[in-house]
Amino acid sequence: MKIYVKYFASVRDIMGKGSEDLKVEASLSANELWESLTVDKKTPVRILIAVNHEYVNKNFKLKDGDEIAFFPPVTGG
Amino acid sequence: MKIEIMNEKFDPWQSLVDYKKNVLQNNPKIGATSVFVGTVRDFNDDEEVQNMELEHYPGMTEKYLEDIVNTAIKKYKIIDGLIIHRVGLLEPTDPIVLVASWSEHRDNAFNATRDIMEALKAEAPFWKKESTDNGFRWVEPTVGEESSIDEV
Repeated sequence: MKIYVKYFASVRDIMGKGSEDLKVEASLSANELWESLTVDKKTPVRILIAVNHEYVNKNFKLKDGDEIAFFPPVTGG
Repeated sequence: MKIEIMNEKFDPWQSLVDYKKNVLQNNPKIGATSVFVGTVRDFNDDEEVQNMELEHYPGMTEKYLEDIVNTAIKKYKIIDGLIIHRVGLLEPTDPIVLVASWSEHRDNAFNATRDIMEALKAEAPFWKKESTDNGFRWVEPTVGEESSIDEV
């Protein structure tokens, strides 16, 4: 299945890019994807995940066409 | 309701005048207006801040801000609510955020503005990067302001 991945703020710096389109196995979880993308990277302990503009937990199962975003805790206001 | 994310500097007081004139139009049911304005300081964690870059997640940020105001409208029965938030490059003294609530009585306006601001800080996808004498740094959430959203 095809998914669209976005990175923001310090996570974008770590990944060296803001987004990428990936072909992945069906029903991959958000956490499995994160682990596979960051095998060789030093990552912050606290990461938030959103799928299709909604926060999800790390066990969320991805579907074809999902947009998933990884980012650090938010600091607006 | 108004939700706006602005790339350019804005004047929160003028924004309130414009919204009152063009949208609220002297609604005689309004008995209370509560306003919060956040501005850029020139220090953070004992370091001088020269300027700050704010980024957001287009689409998701607007959705969350709208949900946050809708929640306050339902919970406190406010007549209307507004959020204007800056992104891009900001200098000390620049306004970052304007939150306003209008209601019949003061309690609901005060509580709604406070709730909107706290929810924005906990949930709305914005990130600050400060420029100091020692270079750039991503701002960490203040302890106690951290959200309860599930993490990896």
